[in-house]
Amino acid sequence: MTEAIERPASAAPPWEYASAPESTDIVRLDHRYGLFIGGEFVEPKSGRWFPTISPSTEETLAEVAEADAADVARAVDAARDAAPAWRALAPAERAKYVFRIARQLQERAREFAVLESLNGGKPIKESRDVDIPLAAAHFFYYAGWADKLEYAFPARGTPAPVGVAGQIIPWNFPLLMAAWKLAPALAAGNTTVLKPAETTPLTALLLAQVMQEAELPPGVVNIVTGAGETGAALVDAPVDKIAFTGSTEVGKIIRRSTAGTGKRLTLELGGKAANIVFEDAPLDQAVEGVINGIFFNQGHVCCAGSRLLVQEPVFDALLGKLKDRLQTLRVGDPLDKNTDVGAINSRAQLEKIEELVESGVEEGAEIYQPECLLPERGFWFRPTLFTGVSQSHRIAREEIFGPVLSILTFRTVDEAVEKANNTPYGLSAGVWTEKGSRILHMAQRLRAGVVWANTFNRFDPTSPFGGYKESGFGREGGLHGLEPYLTFDGGAR
Amino acid sequence: MTDRLEVRRTAKLYIGGAFPRSESGRSYEVTTHAGEPLAQVSQASRKDLREAVVAARSAFPAWSGATAYLRGQILYRVAEMMEGRRAQFEAELADAGAADPARGVSASIDRWVWYAGWADKLAQVVGATNPVAGPYFNFTLPEPTGVVGIVAPGNQSLLGLVSRLAPAIVSGNTTVAIASERSPLPAVSLAEVLATSDVPAGVVNVLTGRTAELVPWLASHMDVNGIDVTGVPDELLADTERAAAENVKRVHRAPDADPFDEAAQSPYEITAFTESKTVWHPMGA
Repeated sequence: MTEAIERPASAAPPWEYASAPESTDIVRLDHRYGLFIGGEFVEPKSGRWFPTISPSTEETLAEVAEADAADVARAVDAARDAAPAWRALAPAERAKYVFRIARQLQERAREFAVLESLNGGKPIKESRDVDIPLAAAHFFYYAGWADKLEYAFPARGTPAPVGVAGQIIPWNFPLLMAAWKLAPALAAGNTTVLKPAETTPLTALLLAQVMQEAELPPGVVNIVTGAGETGAALVDAPVDKIAFTGSTEVGKIIRRSTAGTGKRLTLELGGKAANIVFEDAPLDQAVEGVINGIFFNQGHVCCAGSRLLVQEPVFDALLGKLKDRLQTLRVGDPLDKNTDVGAINSRAQLEKIEELVESGVEEGAEIYQPECLLPERGFWFRPTLFTGVSQSHRIAREEIFGPVLSILTFRTVDEAVEKANNTPYGLSAGVWTEKGSRILHMAQRLRAGVVWANTFNRFDPTSPFGGYKESGFGREGGLHGLEPYLTFDGGAR
Repeated sequence: MTDRLEVRRTAKLYIGGAFPRSESGRSYEVTTHAGEPLAQVSQASRKDLREAVVAARSAFPAWSGATAYLRGQILYRVAEMMEGRRAQFEAELADAGAADPARGVSASIDRWVWYAGWADKLAQVVGATNPVAGPYFNFTLPEPTGVVGIVAPGNQSLLGLVSRLAPAIVSGNTTVAIASERSPLPAVSLAEVLATSDVPAGVVNVLTGRTAELVPWLASHMDVNGIDVTGVPDELLADTERAAAENVKRVHRAPDADPFDEAAQSPYEITAFTESKTVWHPMGA
């Protein structure tokens, strides 16, 4: 990274970073990737291909097949054909296949990390330290469940797989979301058709190679690439279950499409999380948590702490520290190991962020951005703070899915709860205070599926994740994440 | 002794702990299974339904915040109150054409008792502490979803309703229930029991009326978080699920099971309308 970041004297470190680029040699990309159906890469019946780019350079990385309804049908057929044998396989053997996938992911972790940052724009230190290790951990965790399912839901009856699962994932954590979907589905004995996001298909296709290396029976996992139409075709296909992670808007469309079909459905949708800082909070830790909460992965995080609620007595102190910290964030090349904030995932997403930020300015909020230089090519957005935000502002209500923090204030505990819950979403929340009883009180009253107290954006395969209200239903992760992929016979239910 | 004229009951709605008539002024005639006129029953309107949702939402903070022990005792109290009025319930079930009214009432009372006992056990069975790979304490608890709409089954007018209501409220949800259209009187009597069982006003609201008229408003209401569609006729199910999409309602239909069977009661009927909340906190000196 060569761009200099101008800093105010107060915040500027007395030295410059040397660039520390991660080599991309480890990634060998094919010119073209077909659809992964029945254990093989096949040409799409649609005959259509689309380029997938690096959002930090806008260079084309490869061409990817665009699956149409006929291609999706073929993938679903392959999954259906593979289902009886996979279901009948001894659970302990099924477990070992999933363990193999976990191990092979760990083995090729660096390659996956580099490709993830290339294709998605996220900083290499995140893909290297968070996305890929967590993806492997998810497979390892769920692998062990495959032969222990009868212990998971007491007296519920004999667990059996649902059948064929259609799984649609977003572009913000491409491999990790694939792992969240595939690991519990496979462990529970389902076969799957996975559709990666349009802008980030490459690590899923690399994962297909891992499935081959693991000698997973053909058809157990199928991967179809494409955009919204491909996803819609999968939703409408004769699958037994749909699992979707993405926007609330699309989630509602899927709910309507599946109405009356009897298809099982889980939805992980949007969020507008409150990150609440009380006056007694450890401020320096809170600053790190707030920064991580909104700028981790460029704010492309459904559970991002995008609304900061600050108790009035510490507002000035916290804002000063946040502005200083913002100056030290390094924005730029995702492959540079020093980079904190990478590229915006796509031009479309950049335009959406710009539009919402513009609305914030127009509605009267005060904007603050550090004066960093941005690369000329690629999609970039400066880390942004808004103060003077009221609850009616669009930037306080709508999910921006970018590095933009809206700051509001409060005086009492009740007011904090009221403001935090004043949203149709309910995915996550953060609480910063040294008072233990207040943490538990807030944790109880916040209507959100995940509450981080004195931390933020922590994830673990053993920890259930998912929302209240319009943030969706169902849980992923942990014991609870198995439930959507199981049916029960002969017990209580 | 002179002949005494009987004091008849007016069958009304149950909203926010009160017994209003429908604001629409409408009522409809209910007959016995054999077709004999039984009573005029309030025919709830969309506005009544919206009032009921407001009442349910108002009752939610206190009911969901009550201790599990207290909720358990209140559900048990419902069983006690039903036992004292079983002759009335039996008569109403007989009118509704029940094969064995006494059995139906007994099963309904026992169902309240069964779910009452779950109040302070559910979190121990379906909650978790999660061994995350890092210095954090992490736990998951079931919490009530919020306001839940319940469409009671058309048959099994008492046991069917109790089997949907008890699991919904034991976790702290508040409810708007649509009674069996054909045989609403046991539901009306149940409302009268609830009103004298320490169930706080608004926790259960009971509407009588036309199922097909009320379900779409319940399914599309933006302040209803979940809907139990067990009593939604098959031909209305797709539309109901579509309407429920607008605010991402949880939609649940009880599995087909003989309501007298033990399999018809399950903690997993409670979790159909709970949300798993996971809390993280760092561990460190």
